[in-house]
Amino acid sequence: MRVEMKVNGVTRSAEVEDRTLLVHFIRDVLGLTGTNVGCDTSSCGACTVLVNGESVKSCTVLAAQVSGEEVTTIEGLAEPDGTLHPLQRAFQDNHALQCGYCTPGMVMASLSLINEHPNLDEKAVREGLEGNLCRCTGYHNIVKAVLAAQGEMGAKL
Amino acid sequence: MSAAEAKGGVVGTRKLRREDPELLVGQAKFGDDLAIPGALYMVLVRSPFAHAKIQSIESEAALGVPGVVGVYTAADLAGEWAGPMPCAWPVTPDMKNPPHYPLAAEFARYAGDGVAAVVATSKMAAVDAAALVSVEYEELTPVLDLEEAASDATVIYQDFGTNTSFVWTLEPDPDGVRQAFDQAAVVVTEHYVHPRLIPAAMEPRTIAAVPSPMGDEYTVYSSTQIPHILRVMLALTAGISETKLRVVAPSVGGAFGSKLDVYAEELLCLALARKLRQPVRFTEERGESTMATVHGRGQVQQIELAADQNGKVLAVRANILADMGAYLQLVTPGVPLLGAFLYHGLYDIPHYSFTCTGVFTNKTPTDAYRGAGRPEATFAIERGMDTLADKLGIDPAEIRRRNFIAADKFPYSSAAGLSFDSGNYGPNLEKALELAGYSSLREKQAQRIAAGDNHLLGVGISCYVEMCGLAPSRVLGALSYGAGGWEAATVRVLPTAKVQVVTGTAPHGQGHETSWSMIVADRLGVPPEDIEVLHSDTAISPLGMDSYGSRSLSVGGSALFLAADKVVEKARKIAAHQLEVAEEDLDFVGGSFKVKGSPEREMPLAGIAFEAFTAHNLPDGLEPNLEASVTWDPPNFTFPFGTHIAVVDVDQETGDVDLLRYIAVDDCGNQINPMIVEGQIHGGIAQGVAQALFEEAVYDTSGTLVTASLADYLVPSAAELPSFELANTVTPSPTNPLGVKGIGEAGAIGSAPAVINAIVDALSHLGVTDCPMPATPERVWKLLQQAKAH
Repeated sequence: MRVEMKVNGVTRSAEVEDRTLLVHFIRDVLGLTGTNVGCDTSSCGACTVLVNGESVKSCTVLAAQVSGEEVTTIEGLAEPDGTLHPLQRAFQDNHALQCGYCTPGMVMASLSLINEHPNLDEKAVREGLEGNLCRCTGYHNIVKAVLAAQGEMGAKL
Repeated sequence: MSAAEAKGGVVGTRKLRREDPELLVGQAKFGDDLAIPGALYMVLVRSPFAHAKIQSIESEAALGVPGVVGVYTAADLAGEWAGPMPCAWPVTPDMKNPPHYPLAAEFARYAGDGVAAVVATSKMAAVDAAALVSVEYEELTPVLDLEEAASDATVIYQDFGTNTSFVWTLEPDPDGVRQAFDQAAVVVTEHYVHPRLIPAAMEPRTIAAVPSPMGDEYTVYSSTQIPHILRVMLALTAGISETKLRVVAPSVGGAFGSKLDVYAEELLCLALARKLRQPVRFTEERGESTMATVHGRGQVQQIELAADQNGKVLAVRANILADMGAYLQLVTPGVPLLGAFLYHGLYDIPHYSFTCTGVFTNKTPTDAYRGAGRPEATFAIERGMDTLADKLGIDPAEIRRRNFIAADKFPYSSAAGLSFDSGNYGPNLEKALELAGYSSLREKQAQRIAAGDNHLLGVGISCYVEMCGLAPSRVLGALSYGAGGWEAATVRVLPTAKVQVVTGTAPHGQGHETSWSMIVADRLGVPPEDIEVLHSDTAISPLGMDSYGSRSLSVGGSALFLAADKVVEKARKIAAHQLEVAEEDLDFVGGSFKVKGSPEREMPLAGIAFEAFTAHNLPDGLEPNLEASVTWDPPNFTFPFGTHIAVVDVDQETGDVDLLRYIAVDDCGNQINPMIVEGQIHGGIAQGVAQALFEEAVYDTSGTLVTASLADYLVPSAAELPSFELANTVTPSPTNPLGVKGIGEAGAIGSAPAVINAIVDALSHLGVTDCPMPATPERVWKLLQQAKAH
C-alpha cells in the first residue's frame, strides 16, 4: 500500500507492506536512523517521535495509520545550520546522555512533555518520562536537563 | 573557573562531551543504522525448551518463502569452525567446559539456544521463514535451581557426570581461620541470594559481517565492547587469519559487560558471509536478547564472620555457588574470581577463606555484568557487617569505623593476598554520614516507630572497596586468564599541529573521546579541540584490550599520558637542536619550549611538528615525524572506595519500598572530568538499586524465561528513582601516572547492599533480619506478616 506523510516538514511517500510499522518506515524506507528500536513491547520508548506534535512510540503504530499526518523525528529538531534545539543543548549541558541510544526517544518524549505541561517540577518530569527507559544515566541528569530546558523554552513558546 | 582551568589545564574540569552533538541529532551510527548494500539478514531459530534433544529440523517450508537464501543447521556449518566458541578463563586445570558451537547440534541446553540460522534478502522474509522451520524436540528434565544443580540430582552433561564445572579455593591460612572461628566471641552466618540479572543495554546486539570485494578479507561490525579481543577470537574460532579480519565497533548503545563476549551470532554472520560471499547481518529482538545475551550475577552465598565482643572482625569465610548457565562464555568462570579477594571489604580482617563452586544450569549463560563479582562480594560483607552490628547492638556506622583498614596501613597487604594501593576510609564515611544527616535520620526513625506510623524509615549504609583497572598481566596469568591486561596508545602530532590519538579502549557511552582529549591536551599544551581520538576499529587501532572492569582510564589513559610525554621528549630534542641549547635548558610551558632565562627564545610544538615532518633539520639519528606509542601494563589493580547511604520509606500495609534519598560519597582518586564521573556513578547506582528493588530474571518450572520482555523485566524508569546526592573524597592511586582509580562500576557495587540494609534497618525492630532481592512489595509485605506473627 501507499503511505504519504510529512516528515520533518518534507512530504515523503512510499509503497510499503501493510504491516510496516511507523518506526520501520522512518528507519528503513526513509533512512532516518536517529529513531532507535530498543524493545518489541512498546516498553522502552527509544522509538518515540512526534505525530502532529504529540509523542508516539513509533513501534506501536503502523505507517498506514499515520498516512496524511505530520511526523517529527530527532533529525527534525536542530536548525538546518546544525544549531541544537534548546532541549538538545540542555541534554548536552547537563550530561543527560551517555551511550545515546535512548536519547532521541527521550528528547522527543521530553519535548512533548514540556509542550503539553507548563511548569513541570521534578516529580512531574519523572512521571512524565515513565515510558522512556535509559540504562546509563540513572535519569538524574535527564531530569535536570528537562527542567533546565523548560525554563529556556518558556520564552520561546 | 576551576582550579585546573586557572592553572591553564582542562583536566579536572566539567568539559562538555564532544560525543554528544551527533548523538543528539540522530546522526550517530549504531550497528543497525549502517547502510550495507547487498546485505542478507540472519534470524535464528531458537529452542523454546530449556533442555531438549534435537530430533529433526525440517526447513522445506521456510525455504519456500520468497527471499530466503538458506536455512543452516549445526551440521550444515560443522566445517566452518576451527574450534568451539572460546572460554578465555579456565580458572582451574580441571575445569569442565562443555563443547559450545554457534548452533546446538544434538542438544539444546537453554531456552534461547540457537538451533538453526535462516538467511534471507530481507529481515521480514527471514522472520517469516524462521517461523516455518519445524524442529522436533524430545524434552529432557531441565536443571534450573542452582542448589539443586549442585546436588547433581539431574546431570546436564552426562560425560562430566556432574554439574560442577570447577571448585576454586583461596585459603592462604586455613589454621588461622579455624582458630579465629573457634575463639570468636560472636559468629555470624548468613545466606544471601543474588538473582540472575538481565543487563538490558538499551541497544540490542547487532552484527554485520562484510566480505571484501578484493578477496578473503572480512570486516565485522559488532556492537561489542571488545573489538580487539573479538578479532583474536573470531580468527581462532572461524579459522580466518587475524590479518584478514577487521573488527569495528560503531556507536555502541550501552553494554555493562554484556557485550564483553564472543557470541554465536558474530561467528554465524562471519561464517555465512564467507560461505555466501555476501554481507550477512543480524540484529537481536529484545525478546531474544533477554535470552541470548548473557545474564549477570546468579549466586548463592554463605558468609561467616568471626568477631570479638567489640565487633572487631577476626576472620571471614565465604562459600559461594555461582550459576554458570548452560555454557561457559568468554569469561563466565572468572566473574566470581573478581570478587574472590574482596569478601573482607575495606576492613582489616586478618584471616580469610573463600571457596567458589561454578555450577551448570539449563539457563542462559552468565558472564560479566557491571561490577562482575565485586557487587556480590560487597553485598555479602556489607550485609554481614550490619547483621553483626545488630547482633552486638552496635550502630552500623560505628562497627565499620572499628574495622576499617587504617589510613597509615597503605599500601595494605590483605589477608586474601592483594596489595591495596591507597585508601582513607574513615573521612569518606564521615562525609557521607554528615551529608545524610545521619543522627537526625535516626531520630526521625525512632519518632515514626514511637508514633506507630504505618510508614517506617530505614537507613542503610554500605561501604565498599573494589579492585579494578584490569589488570596487571602477570596477575591475570596467575589467575589463569587467557590474555594480558595492558593497554596501548599512540599520540601523533600531524604536520599542521592537529593531534591524532589512537587508543585501544572501546567506549560505549563513557565519553573516552572527551576525556582522552583532555588528558593529551594538558600534556601537549594544545587545545582539546585540536585532538582527534580514534578507537574501536582494529584497522586504525590494531592493538588494544578494550573496555571493561573500570580499566579504560587507569590503564588506557595512563598509556596515553605516557605516550604524550614521549612525544614531548622527542619534540624537546628537536627544539634543543634547532635552538642550539641543551635539552635540560628548555622549559615546556603552554605548548612551547622556552629557553631557561630567555623565554623569548622559544619553539612551539606546532612548529616542531612541521620540522619533524619536513625532517630538514633534525638531530643526527632522530627519526622524522612526531609520534610515539606506549603499551602500558599496570603494576597493580586500583582500589576505589566509597560510602553509599540509602534512605527508604517502607509502607507496612503494602510492603512498598520508596527510595527517599540516596547519598553517595565515592573516591576514585583524581578525576579527569567530574561531570563524566558523576554520570557513571548515577548510572551505576540506578543499576544496583534496580537489583535490590526491581530486577530478577524469573524462570518457570519448565525453564522458560518469564521475564523475557521489558514489559516483564523491570528496568526502572525515572519515576522509580530519586535524584542522587553525590560528594567525593580524593585519594590518588600511586600505581599509575594519572593517580586515577576507575568509576564505571563503583555505583553498581555500593548500592544494592545500601538499599537492602536500609530495608532491614526499617524493619529490624519488628525482628526482621534479612530481606531477599529484589525486595518487591509482596516479599516485604510477607516479611512483615511473618515478623508480626512471631
